[in-house]
Amino acid sequence: MTTKKKFDPKQFIINNAIYLILVALVIIITVISPRFFSLDVARDILMQSAVRIVVAMGCMFIIVSGSADLSGGRMVGLTALVSASLAQQAAASLKFWPGLPELPAFVPVLVAMLVGVVLGGFNGWVVAKLKVPAFLATLGSQMIIFGFSSLYFNMEPNRSQPLGSLTQSFRDIGSASLFGVPYIVMIALVVMLIVWVLQTKTCLGKEIFAVGGNLEAARVSGINVFKIQMITYSLAGALYGLAGSMEAARTASATSAYGNAYELDAIASCIVGGCSIAGGVGTVGGVFAGVVIFNVISYGLTFIGISPYWQNVVKGLIIIGAVALDVRKYSAKK
Amino acid sequence: MDNADIVLQLQGISKSFPGVKALDNVSLTVKKGTVHALMGENGAGKSTLMKCAFGLYHPDEGSIFVGGQQVQLRDARDAMDKGVAMIHQELHPIRTRNIMENIWVGRVPYKKVGPIHWVDEKKMQADTQALFDELEIQLDPRRSMGELAAAHCQLVEIARAVSYGAKVIIMDEPTSSLTESEVELLFRIIRRLTSQGVAIIYISHKMDEILQISNEVTIMRDGQLVGCWPAAELTQDLIVARMVGRKMESRFPPRTPNIGAPYLEVEHLTSANPHSFQDISFTLHKGEILGLGGLVGAQRTELMESIFGLRPIASGTVKIGGKPAKITCAQDAIQQGMALLTEERRASGIIPMLSVLENTVIANQTAHTRQYTGGKLFLSEKKRQQDTQQYIDSLSIKTPTTKTPIQNLSGGNQQKVLLGRWLLTGPEILILDEPTRGIDVGAKYEIYTLMAQMAAEGKCVIMISSEMPELMGMSDRIMVMCEGHLSGILDGANATDERIMMLASTWQKAPEGGAVQ
Repeated sequence: MTTKKKFDPKQFIINNAIYLILVALVIIITVISPRFFSLDVARDILMQSAVRIVVAMGCMFIIVSGSADLSGGRMVGLTALVSASLAQQAAASLKFWPGLPELPAFVPVLVAMLVGVVLGGFNGWVVAKLKVPAFLATLGSQMIIFGFSSLYFNMEPNRSQPLGSLTQSFRDIGSASLFGVPYIVMIALVVMLIVWVLQTKTCLGKEIFAVGGNLEAARVSGINVFKIQMITYSLAGALYGLAGSMEAARTASATSAYGNAYELDAIASCIVGGCSIAGGVGTVGGVFAGVVIFNVISYGLTFIGISPYWQNVVKGLIIIGAVALDVRKYSAKK
Repeated sequence: MDNADIVLQLQGISKSFPGVKALDNVSLTVKKGTVHALMGENGAGKSTLMKCAFGLYHPDEGSIFVGGQQVQLRDARDAMDKGVAMIHQELHPIRTRNIMENIWVGRVPYKKVGPIHWVDEKKMQADTQALFDELEIQLDPRRSMGELAAAHCQLVEIARAVSYGAKVIIMDEPTSSLTESEVELLFRIIRRLTSQGVAIIYISHKMDEILQISNEVTIMRDGQLVGCWPAAELTQDLIVARMVGRKMESRFPPRTPNIGAPYLEVEHLTSANPHSFQDISFTLHKGEILGLGGLVGAQRTELMESIFGLRPIASGTVKIGGKPAKITCAQDAIQQGMALLTEERRASGIIPMLSVLENTVIANQTAHTRQYTGGKLFLSEKKRQQDTQQYIDSLSIKTPTTKTPIQNLSGGNQQKVLLGRWLLTGPEILILDEPTRGIDVGAKYEIYTLMAQMAAEGKCVIMISSEMPELMGMSDRIMVMCEGHLSGILDGANATDERIMMLASTWQKAPEGGAVQ
């Protein structure tokens, strides 16, 4: 047997397809419209990506652990409502909780994250304890959560009016910047850093990979699979909660329709970013690129004046292409 | 040589994978109506060569002749149509459908009425029955595949190969999950097939079987052909010498047992599953190797997995070092100093896409996280790397780097990584479930040496094995189970094949339906 270490361009392309596609897209759009290549555009795209990044990071935990989650989008919606309802100005004309004093901005965010943890924990319990297949368990909880969202939204005296009049400090989370870097982008970057550290530097991260890679082998190796599944779903819930409050802050509003279908975008970003739907594979960098690529498409195509209706066509093609490439990556040995 | 007698000829086959030359100019000639054994250590290239012959891989160089005609095999179906069939080591039947549908899947007989193809159940059953009669297989074609034991699944697979009109049937480790009586049945079928002119390519690590059944033996080493000899000219020692390229002194390492105090005491243990084991009591001493024999279905794996906390127990106690041990999950067991190398390497052993490193440290890292974090939050990459490298060196695991996904390693090397995983936890009690199944002689000997070494260090070893020579060659005592009952414990020194078989079938009330007798 001989081992040769040689640069294989084909292998390089297959292994880094996502980054290459991203670079290629930027180049193509820049050639058509040179103004695209600027810091302002980059900041806009990152601001639009920030919420999606946080949702996708949560989703990645679950995909890496070999599970699935369809309830993420509705969780973003409910937590956006919860945080907005707690972040209204004291003198708001139509106040969700009349008499509630003005709260510091971190309170609604923390409450939203807590709600996410509880709902995520419920998902985890249904999957790990009741052994309901994750796809169906979270399809069910998706409906339950949307139901609760609508009920909450329709409570007296709000009666399904879009929530507004949010405090300045809360809105700043979504729109203010420090040294030109928007807070919302900083939050997304910090989340990515934390998730990266958790995944690659801690025992918990390794155990999540092991459970996703081979659940039985993980169990035999002494991993408490129930605990790991509860933790991954709760962690994802916390991130959805954070994303919900970011979304409310960014738009300075909230309705029960918020977050609709975000989970599908998140799953698509994870898959395009190199996660294996079978579990056990996934990186923060890849998923980040997955999210950004979709936002570059929507922003870039609008920028060069292509009908927004084409965006979905391009996105769909990229998803199919990414998975087709991925399949080849693992069967490349044949 | 008379060309008409040659059914399959592989000429100068070479095949490379990224980083590895798996086959280097290998040739193989198989004659009509013979059993041609293919031997070699793990990683010698046997499976790769057979996958080329079966169309699963496309060789980089060389040509393939079937019945004198040069062919290009596109895929497995193409190979089967041309008369080459393969019985894989691990079968994947469609368990939810019945036997005959499994045999005719993809070419179900039908009657055409108008535009609709109606399945012709009657013809399918009659055809299957005819096939079974011809091969003397006693199975009802309408039985669900899921009910069948491994041996019967294999027979069905063979019948399927015959139904394609196979001229050559490749069998990859066909006896690795069979009991001795089932092996006899398989051999009967093989002899019947060869008498009808079918050629068999037989891959196995079991010498006695090879010498018993085959006409010719081809030996490979490191992707190259060593040679081809008539079986009559070979002995076990000669085969081993040619396979490993060095002289193997003995099949089992020498050891002087030094049995110490009782360490693991199991009393009246009964499974929570009423169909599993009942009322099992035994004692394991320090420095002892306890063999655990029995037929398939004796519940040996279930017993060990229950002691290890993976399966629930209804009643009974387990004492370790004189103290009652409460073990309800694997982590409890590991912290009590137990390690369990499971039987199913793929299903419950390796984590395929993760690296050799992750696969090595996972159990120890979970049970003794502090060793890797020093009480802090983050893992020490250095410690993880050191631990992995230590076992790569001491178990001589062949892997390009510690970052290589374990699925890229050969079976024997995967098994060694898993052994390393458990040795790393510093076990006092090492439980090995069929540790040498499907592993080449070299690796086998290394595993035996390791067991002997563990025992010499005063650790306890339990080995479940279905191979008689291994049971008798390695064990200080042999415990035999039959249908969930402990039927006896024999002293290693005076155990014989016959006595073990007797105990293994003591509790047998009535012979199972089907062809196993």
